[in-house]
Amino acid sequence: MSGVRVLVGTRKGAFILTSDGKRDDWTVDGPHFGGWEIYHLTGSPAEPDRLYASQSGGWFGQLIQRSDDGGRTWETVGNDFAYSGEVGQHLWYDGTPRPWEFKRIWHLEPSRHDPDTVYAGGEDAALYLTTDGAQKWSELTALRQHPTGPSWQPGAGGMCLHTILLDPADRDRIYVAISAAGAFRSDDAGASWLPINKGLRSGEIPDTDSEVGHCVHRLAQHPSRPDTLFMQKHWDVMRTDDAGANWREVSGDLPTDFGFPIAVHAHEPETIYVVPITSDSLHYPPEGKLRVYRSRTGGEHWEPLTEGLPQSHCYVNVLRDAMAVDTLDPCGVYFGTTGGQVYHSADGGDTWAPIVRDLPGVLSVEVQVLP
Amino acid sequence: MIRVVLPAHLKNLAHVTGEVRVEVAGPPTQREVLDALEAAYPMLLGTIRDRHSGKRRPFVRFYACELDLSNESPDDPLPEEVVAGKEPFIVLGAMAGG
Repeated sequence: MSGVRVLVGTRKGAFILTSDGKRDDWTVDGPHFGGWEIYHLTGSPAEPDRLYASQSGGWFGQLIQRSDDGGRTWETVGNDFAYSGEVGQHLWYDGTPRPWEFKRIWHLEPSRHDPDTVYAGGEDAALYLTTDGAQKWSELTALRQHPTGPSWQPGAGGMCLHTILLDPADRDRIYVAISAAGAFRSDDAGASWLPINKGLRSGEIPDTDSEVGHCVHRLAQHPSRPDTLFMQKHWDVMRTDDAGANWREVSGDLPTDFGFPIAVHAHEPETIYVVPITSDSLHYPPEGKLRVYRSRTGGEHWEPLTEGLPQSHCYVNVLRDAMAVDTLDPCGVYFGTTGGQVYHSADGGDTWAPIVRDLPGVLSVEVQVLP
Repeated sequence: MIRVVLPAHLKNLAHVTGEVRVEVAGPPTQREVLDALEAAYPMLLGTIRDRHSGKRRPFVRFYACELDLSNESPDDPLPEEVVAGKEPFIVLGAMAGG
């Protein structure tokens, strides 16, 4: 029977949750790297026992860890994340120019084909690539040096490149999202970039239809529909069906369209999940009820999923990288909260149960299905 | 031989438990000691000093002989007691938080 491994990054270490394919009984292993912020912990689709972790902290900076045995042992690998060429400047919160300054890696995206090839998204926003298993990193400079770069500004969490989607159909196509610059697409493996923000309307910026400046929180894609992307923006849930050329809002009947994560069902490309959060100033669920919302129509029409989730006095948040799906049938859905709970559903969201309740605040959740 | 005390997180990272000892080629200075430390424990690269500027990370401090050497020149000689191995060169994470 297949096994499931859930990789959880938290504010105080990494945790690995394992179960068999039934997903009833779970083993919790950790903390790994106790006391460190693990912004992201993920595995290679090409070699599932190859794991990568982004380990960081205010005192001792950024490290990358690699495991070749599914997280039993780890090796500290390369952490030289340099801005190549002219560093340049972007806008600070107060509108003044400020040089790019590296702070951390938010997201690691391993290649579907090669366990040694990994993309990394940094703060201040930059995209890095390794092809030797994370020993050496090089910046794909065209993104940071895009002509709009000097006008990018950080979101409240920093100017982070937090989402990387490697197109399943076209190896040269990459999507990234940056808070608060927006979404970008490369059709030439990162050599050049196109802002893809047409149709996003953001009331937080003076020109609501600006080419850049949008606080995109997360992108999601189903492998069978590579030109369809779903987006949770600061406000608004959006979709595009032409690879980002045009976006349209699909928030529909959500109780609030503010939130962070968005995910697509593994087998139903029009079934998507979000976790509505009250507002940008109230980062907790409306009415203290933790509800995942599911749309089976690719947006617009949403249903609350509540069974097994706390429906009173719940004031946690779910961060942008903290939701994932597995590829079993029925599809499993997982998310972690800032309160340290990791919830899962083994039936596509109909019912939920906690795997573990009292971890440090969860920053990221990934899922692997093991043979 | 210079004795170096690392903070807990860096001991874990370097897979050491007690003090570490490093040998420096020239006159012992902060720079020489940290170069030798990073050569012996490359996983510490970037955790004490910025990899590019070489500057001490803001929340890292250097103490020895009851002195705060954090803002001394990295090329100043270390105290005699540290050079003689009587006292350790202490790397620590500054108190912060709430």
